[in-house]
Amino acid sequence: MSDVVERTLGVLPALLGQHEPGAGPGGAGGPHRLSASSRLGSLIRNITALTSKHEEEKLIQQEITSLKAMVSAPTTSLRLMKECMVRLIYCEMLGYESSFGYIHAIKLAQQGNLLEKRVGYLAVSLFLHENHELLLLLVNTVVKDLQSTNLVEVSMALTIVSQIFPREMIPAVLPLIEDKLQHSKEIIRRKAVQALYKFYLIAPNQVQHIHDKFRKALCDRDVGVMAASLHIYLEMIKENSSGYKDLTESFVIILKQVVGGKLPIDFNYHSVPAPWLQIQLLRILGLLGKDDPRTSELMYDVLEESLRRAEINHNITYAILFECVQTIYTIYPKSELLEKAAKCIGKFVLSPQINLKYLGLKALTCVIQQDPNLALEHQMTIIECLDHPDPIIKRETLEILYRITNGHNVVVIVQKMLDYLKETKEEYAIITLAGKIAELAEKYAPNNEWFIQTMNAVFSVGGDVLYPDIPNNFLRLLAEGFDDGKEDKQLRTYAVRSYLALLEEENVFYPQKFLQVMSWVLGEYSSLATDVDPETILTRLHNLLKKTFVTSETKAWIMAAVTKIASRASFSKTVDKLIQEFSSSLDTCMRQHTFELKHLCEDKVLMKGLLPFDASCNDMVVDASLSFLDEFVAEGLGQGAAPYKPHHQRQEEKLSQEKALNFEPYGLSFASSVSSSGIAGRQSPTGLSFGSDTSGNSTEMGHKETNTLKLEGVRKLWGKEGYLPKKESKVGKEDEPQTVSCSSLLARRVAETPVSKSDQVSSLSEEEKEKQQLASTLFVGLGSNANVSLMGKVDLSTQKFKRKSKVDKAQSNEEALNMQNSAASDFGPLVDTVPITKEDCDGDKHTTLRKPSLCSSDTVGETLQSVKKPGLDDKLSDSRLSPLSLFADSNIEILQPSPSSQCENANKTVLLPSLAEELEELPHSEVAELCQSDALALYLCKVWKDDSLLLVVFVSNKNPSALNAVNVVFEKEQHFQILESPACQFPVIEAQSVGHCQKCVRMDKLCTQGVISGFVNYQSEMETHLEFSIPLSLLDFIRPMKMTTEDFGKLWLSLSNDVKQNIKMPSSQDSISAALSVLHQKLKLHIVDIIGNEGILACQLLPSVPCLLHCRTHSGMLALWFRSPCSALPDGLLYQCQKVMEES
Amino acid sequence: MQFMLLFSRQGKLRLQKWYVPLSDKEKKKITRELVQTVLARKPKMCSFLEWRDLKIVYKRYASLYFCCAIEDQDNELITLEIIHRYVELLDKYFGSVCELDIIFNFEKAYFILDEFLLGGEVQETSKKNVLKAIEQADLLQESQMSSSKSGIEYPSSCRTRAALKVIPPTLLHWAMMSEADGDMAIEVEPSHQYSITFYCRITDGNRRAV
Repeated sequence: MSDVVERTLGVLPALLGQHEPGAGPGGAGGPHRLSASSRLGSLIRNITALTSKHEEEKLIQQEITSLKAMVSAPTTSLRLMKECMVRLIYCEMLGYESSFGYIHAIKLAQQGNLLEKRVGYLAVSLFLHENHELLLLLVNTVVKDLQSTNLVEVSMALTIVSQIFPREMIPAVLPLIEDKLQHSKEIIRRKAVQALYKFYLIAPNQVQHIHDKFRKALCDRDVGVMAASLHIYLEMIKENSSGYKDLTESFVIILKQVVGGKLPIDFNYHSVPAPWLQIQLLRILGLLGKDDPRTSELMYDVLEESLRRAEINHNITYAILFECVQTIYTIYPKSELLEKAAKCIGKFVLSPQINLKYLGLKALTCVIQQDPNLALEHQMTIIECLDHPDPIIKRETLEILYRITNGHNVVVIVQKMLDYLKETKEEYAIITLAGKIAELAEKYAPNNEWFIQTMNAVFSVGGDVLYPDIPNNFLRLLAEGFDDGKEDKQLRTYAVRSYLALLEEENVFYPQKFLQVMSWVLGEYSSLATDVDPETILTRLHNLLKKTFVTSETKAWIMAAVTKIASRASFSKTVDKLIQEFSSSLDTCMRQHTFELKHLCEDKVLMKGLLPFDASCNDMVVDASLSFLDEFVAEGLGQGAAPYKPHHQRQEEKLSQEKALNFEPYGLSFASSVSSSGIAGRQSPTGLSFGSDTSGNSTEMGHKETNTLKLEGVRKLWGKEGYLPKKESKVGKEDEPQTVSCSSLLARRVAETPVSKSDQVSSLSEEEKEKQQLASTLFVGLGSNANVSLMGKVDLSTQKFKRKSKVDKAQSNEEALNMQNSAASDFGPLVDTVPITKEDCDGDKHTTLRKPSLCSSDTVGETLQSVKKPGLDDKLSDSRLSPLSLFADSNIEILQPSPSSQCENANKTVLLPSLAEELEELPHSEVAELCQSDALALYLCKVWKDDSLLLVVFVSNKNPSALNAVNVVFEKEQHFQILESPACQFPVIEAQSVGHCQKCVRMDKLCTQGVISGFVNYQSEMETHLEFSIPLSLLDFIRPMKMTTEDFGKLWLSLSNDVKQNIKMPSSQDSISAALSVLHQKLKLHIVDIIGNEGILACQLLPSVPCLLHCRTHSGMLALWFRSPCSALPDGLLYQCQKVMEES
Repeated sequence: MQFMLLFSRQGKLRLQKWYVPLSDKEKKKITRELVQTVLARKPKMCSFLEWRDLKIVYKRYASLYFCCAIEDQDNELITLEIIHRYVELLDKYFGSVCELDIIFNFEKAYFILDEFLLGGEVQETSKKNVLKAIEQADLLQESQMSSSKSGIEYPSSCRTRAALKVIPPTLLHWAMMSEADGDMAIEVEPSHQYSITFYCRITDGNRRAV
């Protein structure tokens, strides 16, 4: 304590010095600084001199106490505060609580001069994270500094913004930062871009209106600014690569310049030109070229050059090479490049440098699915790496093996993985590896014994950290079984026996999950092992129950198993003992289970009925409406009981009784709840009673067990055939190259191996022989030699553990469970079932609508194809025409019932593109050309119907002859959904005529701008393909919403998401009414009311998301305030408003 | 990049920079685990680690470990070079940097890091530009110090600046301007602005004369 006093005293003279008016601003600055920095120095020195953690703690606590006193003292000068902050940063780094200083760091950044500000900002960036509430207090400072004329202040403010900034305050600084993009200093421009990148990461919606400015940044004359903009582009392209294809060429040119050494020499790093830039560009190109032959074409040259230029033996060139290889394998393949890339990977893999070796393995892991031959080529290295002392290398090697696993090598590979699993202690590694082993075991298991043993190992090692999917899937596999009943029985019996053997061992600790699996299997299938006395099984389970390490959840599983076994045994001493023992258990759950068991045992018939053998997969029909209680209810009503009123009804009545006193208007939400409950109707009471029913009637426990289990397993991660959809494609790929011609070369290589082996037997050491053997077991099935003879077997073995397709069953199960679940929760059904039923209705409608149109188009397509084949024979043309016209007719016929509906409509008009009359009256855009070729032209017209956006596409045939089989296909887009089928077919378009089709589009995911792309193809001498894209804007889906001022008021209060922004009013419109009329005309907002300088507007995003806008003018500014139930909608609309106001 | 840690062979943290929002508790836990794991690795082992769902790239310079956490799809080698470039920058700034420099001047090390990496991404790859930015801020500091030491005694600060010949004239101009702004806001009346800008021109002339 005396130390504290001393410290405080030591500071005093400095404090006094600060306030001596005569000494000038920095009179005591020099010596003061010295003392403070030496204070930090001495603190550090003291700490390093200490020997024990305890002493350090004491010292730091002292330091913190003194700092606390100092920072909160009002007399502390900013200069001193700065030193305090530095010390505080140090304390925090040592792991001591220093949150008391956070607010002072913000103050320092706000009030200090440059030097102090710098430390203040640093402290803020180190202390706070972007979700910290104190950060809001910094916003004002940042805004002030951004407006400063001092470059250093601006630069500091930009630095802090790029690191941490509260998401909701972005609008406050965004315009200022946008201004900085035009700054004369490149450092400021660069930091501004970096800040925008940060904004893009945390709130992409808010910066979408400045995308063109990003482009400007990309073209900046300064390399640093351009490089910074690449961060943004990488992110944006990751999100949506199709939107930036046009930039490919620019990126390629930049990369070419960089690789060619055209940049200033400053950017060289170890004489490699701007490696960071190169890598960034390569990644972008990889994303752009993925699955796109045309874009990939553009980059082949520069990639080759990059490969060629990276020659120096230095880490940095390897970094570029690695990125280059990855890019080459991601984009549309080109064989020459692939060859070079493969050679590069070889260089990595064979490198003596361990880092490079690791990367080589990583690269192999990535490309192995495309090119399994590479694995063969490097098989010896892979084998070596399997026993590498560095576990990281081992792990990566296992990853490769995991990807080349097939029916032949699964045993060896899984063994290797299990070995690693047993060694490692790291939880994350255990989880992932155990998941992979389980997946491989399920897919490729050669026999039952192996499968069960492997899973046992996984469960006992993986323990309780495993994904819950693994045990669930395992049990489901056992329960659902395979197509072969005998096989099922064998598997189950084997499992039972192996678990009994495991439980026999005394004093062995098993993870809870494993015990749960064991008890479930024993409970379900123990009777399959006919030679085992049920009594012994019960004794084992009983012993388990007494163990202290068994959790109460596991005990519940065990009790369930006991109950199931007891239901099959006529009488059991152990059960009696168990009942006696646990009836007085302190664990209430255990006691409950025991009582259930006891009562069930008294009525064996009921028990047998309740717990049928092997019925865990059977569907349970749950009568959610509880119709079987109708009689009971009727009886009750007959005896004069009051009818049941659902909760909302009771509430309503209560309210109406109180109405005399209640003057408050109720929000819209109440009204909607009334309407929805109307639909819910009868389900709600049953929900209640059913809930109590299940809890009361606990005899269902056995069933409940299996149900909960399945409910968890139902997660979509696992498909019917095991884990992955991608895995399937992999299997296909593995087989593919074996049929390809190049594999013959490989075959020779593999064939040579045994020969060379025999030649060199004498020279080979024992160890190497072992490795060779391992290699041959590991890589079997990959080469072509194995394939030819074993192809059939592969299939057999892979199918072994394929599950029966029980899609429907599982689904219905799921549904039933859902119902049950929702019913069990008190008022669940009110909320839950309503949307379900609605959806169902919708679904029904859709399907009924869709069916006719779909089948008609399908049949047309089919017949066309069949007709196409014969060729263009004249003789056939007659016969071709007749079915065509026939189908054309039928097409119209089918469609006629709903001509105005959203169905596709394939009509033919001879006129130039113009809208049908009924559409002409609706608001619509001009007919604009989409694309053209020699033969046809595509025109588009958007019709803004009240309830939807209708795209009318005109296909005009410019040829003198008729076009056949014209197909307009829209591609799937994540933001938009095309109702009905995404394609539209014209069997024939006559010469010089126009066909048109209509599509209704819905916005699925909110975005301000988007594109629906598609293509047209038609039949001529050759197949022709013409691409087009339709730009869509948010505005296409905005409709005015008519309402009264009162409605507006009510709705306003019920909405939660709001966005406020001030925008400049154009000089041409200074009055509010003029401004609002612009919004009304351009954005289709409905003006509800204008009072004085305030106005309210309303609109809706189709189908029915309202958005309300409140405007106020003051001193040339228009204050906009949006509210909507959808959080992104206000942002999008705000952007449109800004644009419109700027334009006008 | 998710975060960067500098720690000594004894496991003492020397610098920490987090680019992802985490609670203090998590930070401490991560640091503890990671320091242990990295220190346990043998010198011949590779510089990359798979840790939870992240990749850790670390490198040891003398007694100090530099350790970065990146995502799986990031390039490990270039991250190694980021570390190296940072060490080069420190080296250039401190003049053959050693652990003590970083211990006692950690705030400087942070400033350099912030100029080089911003928000987890490489901000500036040119060594010259990074140092330029740092020096310019330091210059301010120095000039502020000197000006405060001797009131408005400019020639001394002029000497300081003249010593830093590496700075190109444009930057010098800027630095002085900002200095003028910086001090002006606090103590000098607007009317002085003229004299100071004027003065700057003189120094510029002087420097050229020297």
